[in-house]
Amino acid sequence: MAISKKARPFEWARKHLLGLRELSRDELLYVLDTAAGFEEVSKREVKKTPALRGKLIVNLFFEDSTRTRNSFTLAASRLSADVINFTSKESSVSKGESLLDTARNLEALGVDIVIIRHNAGGAPTFLSRNINACVVNAGDGYCEHPTQGLLDAYTIRKHKGGLKGLKIAIVGDIAHSRVARSDMWAMTKLGAEVIFVGPPTLMPAEVGKLPVTVSYSLDDCIEKIDVINMLRIQFERQSGNPFPSVREYSHYFGLTVDRMKRAKPDIMVMHPGPINRGLEMESEVADGKNSVILEQVSNGVAVRMAALFLVNQAAAQKATEK
Amino acid sequence: MNAEILIKNGHVIDPANGVNKKADVLIKGERIAEIAGKIAVPKDKCTVIDAAGKLVTPGLIDIHVHFREPGDEEEETIASGSAAAVAAGFTSVVCMPNTKPPIENETDVEFIHRKGRRARKSYVYAMGSITKGREGVELAEMGFMADAGAVGFTDDGNGVQDAAVMLRALKYASMFNVVVAQHCQDDRIAGNGVMNAGYHSTILGLPGLDALAEEAMLWRDIQLVKKIKHGVRYHVQHISTAGSVELVKAAKKESLPVTCEVTPHHLLLTEEMCGQYDTNYKVNPPLRTKKDIDSLKAAIADGLVDALVTDHAPHLQSEKELEFLTAPFGIASLDCVLGLYVKALIEPKILDWPGLIRLMTEKPAKVIGVDKGTLGIGKAADVTIIDPKAEYVIDTGKFKSKSKNCPYDGWRVSGRAVTTIVGGEIRFQI
Repeated sequence: MAISKKARPFEWARKHLLGLRELSRDELLYVLDTAAGFEEVSKREVKKTPALRGKLIVNLFFEDSTRTRNSFTLAASRLSADVINFTSKESSVSKGESLLDTARNLEALGVDIVIIRHNAGGAPTFLSRNINACVVNAGDGYCEHPTQGLLDAYTIRKHKGGLKGLKIAIVGDIAHSRVARSDMWAMTKLGAEVIFVGPPTLMPAEVGKLPVTVSYSLDDCIEKIDVINMLRIQFERQSGNPFPSVREYSHYFGLTVDRMKRAKPDIMVMHPGPINRGLEMESEVADGKNSVILEQVSNGVAVRMAALFLVNQAAAQKATEK
Repeated sequence: MNAEILIKNGHVIDPANGVNKKADVLIKGERIAEIAGKIAVPKDKCTVIDAAGKLVTPGLIDIHVHFREPGDEEEETIASGSAAAVAAGFTSVVCMPNTKPPIENETDVEFIHRKGRRARKSYVYAMGSITKGREGVELAEMGFMADAGAVGFTDDGNGVQDAAVMLRALKYASMFNVVVAQHCQDDRIAGNGVMNAGYHSTILGLPGLDALAEEAMLWRDIQLVKKIKHGVRYHVQHISTAGSVELVKAAKKESLPVTCEVTPHHLLLTEEMCGQYDTNYKVNPPLRTKKDIDSLKAAIADGLVDALVTDHAPHLQSEKELEFLTAPFGIASLDCVLGLYVKALIEPKILDWPGLIRLMTEKPAKVIGVDKGTLGIGKAADVTIIDPKAEYVIDTGKFKSKSKNCPYDGWRVSGRAVTTIVGGEIRFQI
């Protein structure tokens, strides 16, 4: 099997990937190592491995998504699984069917892994308690987006060798960002110092109790950070207006060419996408030499292959034990 | 109906009359006839109940229940709810008006009363809505509802957002001497919150409902009450935060006509319990913190709380089997509430039995202004006999309530009603 030579003496036992908060440092490293092995598959002439042949995977997406869904689909097909797509617009959810009934119907079709994206925090946890299939969280409300957190950690590790001691700024709409939360859990467990940067109106409740430092000034941080992850403003999740205008937001929190001049020369510029060019980041920066944004997209496939592979393996292990 | 009931050998607790001793209680017809050390068994046809080792108390009163009728009879009806009530020791309950349609005129109030009489379980009182359609804009017909027997007004489920409307409601209701009760929640602050705002809502990725939403409206309402002064009676429902306790304390210190109530879940459960996204813990006001619980318990010990209630809010399992974000708010606890209050207040010695009974009888009766909650001679024969030592495991499968949305399933508690007498009639007996 395509597992990295670096694989640790470690037994992966989770048949669901719900979030990174519950993962230990060893588990995080194990997924990243497994992903490293799968990255090689994408470089082959025949970009496939038979690891999940005959398995049925469903993309159960209740929110619009193109890149994450495509990335999961590609990951699944590289593992030779069959994939069906189920989005709320095409499904009976609009006719009033509950998530639970939808899931039970999918289970009746013999699905092995459910990849779920949902606007409600905790929907994957709820689902995992009620069905036998494996559940992989592809983003739930503003709770977690574990595969994004993993691919961000993976990308940083690839460039910097590891995360220990790095100063990583996550900038923008922290309150409504599942990426910020998953990044925080992964990066802090792997030894990085995480700084949440944004206006107080975009910070979550009791942010001071999280394992991060908080800054309201990007200018104060820009010189000392090794990695900067710029979040998209989640206009669709906000109520009221947490900042007066896009112009004012960009002035204080946008990653501009000017600000980049004050940053470390090897600063890594990240973004989970899709980018609002000119709002959180100027085009020259998004496309500049420090940007790893497209590489994040490529790495996402390897990380998602690892996630699907591992949950399936744990499920098979559990079935054997029974 | 039994002509006479003699309850022998029990320990009588009647806080309104300062009674806390072993005594016999004789009921004639619908009234309490005699309480004395030893009452001989009358020669006429008489039912004798041996209450040795039991507590004999005024019938319990819960001034905050949702029986869902009319509109959501699949969740609860006045018949099923009042059956649960008497089985739990309650002889009187007050239904909230957030039904479909809401209770907003005299016909609606009479409907509740009629259904209650037909069920022949507990007395069923009604609060009417403060505003038409519970929309917070125009006053509902409070006068007609009061004349029909409504014991209070509330838009429960919603707070009255507009300060001018609330001021008008308090002023208008003052001429009928009926209490105006408020579900304190500033909707703009509350937003779409589904659990207490704080560290736990942050890591669970759920919208938070800030304590400030409750406190801001309570503070505002107290200013309105101060402004009116005469005749007004204001009751704040289900207080849940340390800040609300401070506001009530200050209002009472000024002798303002402000009363308040507490639920069992705000004394026993904390926000952490939402951690598995179990929607049986989704309730409004939301479960708060240990600090809030300590503050509420201290308020009860200090005599600042006027009523212990359930806020019994039944929902179907299918409604609760949803994402935490979308499931409805509410906990059904009427069937097991006495055991819960014993656990929350008697076991940690915050109250003794007379103290607990007072907050479930005499004091809530005063909040709604009914002549109940005592065992005074000549008063209505609403009596509850409690076995304070009976231990049992809460089993929602045995609930008389139609709904099982109860996070206490499987809890071991002690203290339960064994006999409930309503208007001189034994309506429940184990």
